[in-house]
Amino acid sequence: MLELKGVCTFYGKIQALHEVSLSVQEGEIVTLIGANGAGKTTTLMSICGIVPAKKGEIWFQGEPIHKLSPDQIVAKGIIQVPEGRLIFPRMTVMENLDMGAYLRKDKAEIKRDLDYIFDLFPILAERKNQLGGTLSGGEQQMLAISRALMARPKVLLLDEPSLGLAPLVIKQIFKIIEKINKQGTTIFLVEQNAHQALKIAHKGYVMENGRIVMEDSAANLLTNEDVKKAYLGL
Amino acid sequence: MDYFLELFFGGLTRGSIYALIALGYTMVYGIIELINFAHGEIYMIGAFTALIVAGVCSLLGLNLISILILAIIISMFYSAAYGYTVEKIAYKPLRNAPRLSPLISAIGMSIFLQNYVLLAQTSDFVPFPSLIPEFEFMEPVAHIMGSSELVIIVVTAIAMVILSLFIKFTKIGKAMRATAQDRKMALLCGVNVDRVISVTFIIGSALAALGGVLIASHIGQINFYIGFIAGIKAFTAAVLGGIGSIPGAVLGGLVLGWTESFATGYVSSDYEDVFAFCLLVIILIFRPAGILGRTNTQKV
Repeated sequence: MLELKGVCTFYGKIQALHEVSLSVQEGEIVTLIGANGAGKTTTLMSICGIVPAKKGEIWFQGEPIHKLSPDQIVAKGIIQVPEGRLIFPRMTVMENLDMGAYLRKDKAEIKRDLDYIFDLFPILAERKNQLGGTLSGGEQQMLAISRALMARPKVLLLDEPSLGLAPLVIKQIFKIIEKINKQGTTIFLVEQNAHQALKIAHKGYVMENGRIVMEDSAANLLTNEDVKKAYLGL
Repeated sequence: MDYFLELFFGGLTRGSIYALIALGYTMVYGIIELINFAHGEIYMIGAFTALIVAGVCSLLGLNLISILILAIIISMFYSAAYGYTVEKIAYKPLRNAPRLSPLISAIGMSIFLQNYVLLAQTSDFVPFPSLIPEFEFMEPVAHIMGSSELVIIVVTAIAMVILSLFIKFTKIGKAMRATAQDRKMALLCGVNVDRVISVTFIIGSALAALGGVLIASHIGQINFYIGFIAGIKAFTAAVLGGIGSIPGAVLGGLVLGWTESFATGYVSSDYEDVFAFCLLVIILIFRPAGILGRTNTQKV
């Protein structure tokens, strides 16, 4: 469904991604794990066209997308929940959700999705007129995921959804991610919290210094000795 | 008391015009963090366009009210086209350049537009017809507030209300706010940021042109240099209110207008600018981000 072929991305003269190739099949949860600065976020930014790839190709549903602008990529159904959540701080919860559905015109369907989200996260319904910047970290993460769902993603890219959250909230967020996947949304999950990510994923990639160094089923990676030592702290 | 009220409404009139121009500075700054120094020139071009439209219309024998309305509409469109084009030529190619480059480009654009009007028109002051009719019902209070002042205040107020509704409720208005608050996230929501920037320039320029027509008709003369002075004052108003903040621009404009008006009335007109800029210095000492400005908190 989503495929990267030999993607190289640069920040100025510094090369952040070296020949990154990976693929995500429809209906899967695929995770990309790795240490700080390995290039995980850059991979997502290249997929979304924010930091376009200099070399290599990105294909989505049989079409090349690496030459498209960010809004055209969003229109294809590739939706990202970025690292740090990036809630619009001086817009209400409701307005943040509206922004998620920015490119959609099907008003009745938008309304239905909104009801679904308020059902999934009742706390957001309670706070819908509150400014985004006044929410707690966990609530902001829920809002960020909801805003992405409002776009009806075909594939949802999640960047460190567990970052800075309490263990209990992390559990809740991961449950929701599984639930979204079960309802048919493909998920590409970037995480430092490798244990949690591999537990819910079907397939995993390990990234080091801008290169993919390992690729296997999530179950195999969880028991792999090298992964255990480097990323699971076992 | 009458004298006080006269100064009050004089200041309100002046402040309204500053506010109309300041909105363009503050909106552009909010979206792309650029001080658009060519903005004052857009205001000046608006006034000149209105002069030409008024000339043509009076040859056609239209009445005063329809000339005024036509002059406002045409000059708003014309200036909007200028604002749009200036952004495309002078700022868009420099979108990813260091911040100083678009600033220099803006100053260059300002000088270019001034000299272009200087060559195309004249360096002298040209008389501008009084397009705002004298209302009979204003006669009893004419010593406090003239008809043109009333029109300026009312038209400005209407423009501000329309602008607030536009920004609050329309899709593109929401996209503008989103882009100002977090450009990367706006892109990830599918906002075409280039289009948002164009719309911002178009709205800001149209408002400046509105201010240009109204004040030119009130004062009765224009030349190629009026944009520079009004631009500096409106920029001061935007900074005073907190640059990037739309209510701040309006408040800053009014505060500046009143300061100048009262300083002129009670002290001396020689000190008008002194008071205006002293106020700016004082406010920036105690509130560096302006009256309604936010101090930027570092995002995690």
